[in-house]
Amino acid sequence: MTAAPTLTEGTPMSSSEAGGRIDVPGTPIFDGQTSRRGLRLNKMLMSFRSADNRERFTADEAAYCAEFGLAPEQTQAVLDRDWTAMIDLGGSIFYVYKLAMMDGRSMQYLGGVFTGMTEEEFQAELRAGGRRHG
Amino acid sequence: MAEVLWGLATSHVPSIGAAMDRGKTEDPAWKDLFDGYAPARAWLAEHRPDVAIVVYNDHANGLDLDIVPTFGIGTADSYRVADEGYGPRQVPDVIGDPDLSLHLLESLIDEGFDLTVFQELEVDHGLTVPLSVWTPDPGDAWPCPVVPILVNVIQYPQPTAARCYALGQALGRAIASYREDVTVGILGTGGMSHQLAGSRAGFINPEFDAMWLEKIETDPSALASLSREELIRQAGSEGIELIMWLIMRGAMNPRVSTVHKHYFLPASNTAAGIALLDNRPG
Ligand SMILES: [Fe+2]
Repeated sequence: MTAAPTLTEGTPMSSSEAGGRIDVPGTPIFDGQTSRRGLRLNKMLMSFRSADNRERFTADEAAYCAEFGLAPEQTQAVLDRDWTAMIDLGGSIFYVYKLAMMDGRSMQYLGGVFTGMTEEEFQAELRAGGRRHG
Repeated sequence: MAEVLWGLATSHVPSIGAAMDRGKTEDPAWKDLFDGYAPARAWLAEHRPDVAIVVYNDHANGLDLDIVPTFGIGTADSYRVADEGYGPRQVPDVIGDPDLSLHLLESLIDEGFDLTVFQELEVDHGLTVPLSVWTPDPGDAWPCPVVPILVNVIQYPQPTAARCYALGQALGRAIASYREDVTVGILGTGGMSHQLAGSRAGFINPEFDAMWLEKIETDPSALASLSREELIRQAGSEGIELIMWLIMRGAMNPRVSTVHKHYFLPASNTAAGIALLDNRPG
């Protein structure tokens, strides 16, 4: 059991401001500092590859987060299914998606959350040729 | 001496595999994509290589973030299909070619490309979807053994496009120096433009993709000169995985000819492209 770390390393990042040296509006950059911040969260999300772990998580989500040593705000983001916060707190989209899949959520649903749209609206924009400007 | 027959660049979007696995290829949402694959599949069925090299990235299935190798190569006898969270795809496990893997490794290291060695590796949609694009009904086995080459495209800093192209050129020389007379197909996978997270999620750039589809054949060094930032800006934060096409292209002749190209969107959140290149100039 690891003690919950504080998230003081690196600069705080929100999905509206890119981290690292690259600044593309509306584009989170999963860089080294972000990955350091998110390591325990991402390791927990990776563990969902096994059905046993998925069951244990579902039985007591907070305890499972504590077992992986998530920071309090990461645990809260997981419990609240605050997808944007998970990305801001160092989650990689490919890892965060594993939790979404457990909830029966699609990548288009997440896209809707990140862009303030319903899943249907987001999907309609993709079918219309994709979103040109964020 | 081994010889490259063809290069197949293709998106590896998981939903393309899912659409095939669930028999949805005739659905209106998917039909144009799969119709677009048909000419490539027909040509590939008549040009079966002895071995294939698949350049791909893992997506939190075979690797986690404990170790992030910039470039890697599988050297195993076989590679199990990963459970990505909903059970493994019902497709054959992948047979390896460790002799070729070890030859490529040595040759590439001698040229200064220090690849990480994977003696055990479970392969995810990044590798199996391109095999399905090539061979929709593999039966009990894929058409030939496979050497996986892995690229970190998930955690910044990804290798530069120029480095990927140079690795491809070294790979071409490594293939040419193999002692066995075998034929090789190379798959470069990923892309095209897309972005999954952030307020720019859903970003797709058809003009950039059209440029990329043309220049991958005619002017790959122009693509190799794009910076990481330019790729993320123009192709999206996940579209940067197009750099893996440059490894495939680098291993081919300077002049190649197009067998077939097709562009489709959306495959879930992604623009999906295919470019099948014959290694002989037209
Ligand atoms: Fe990918």
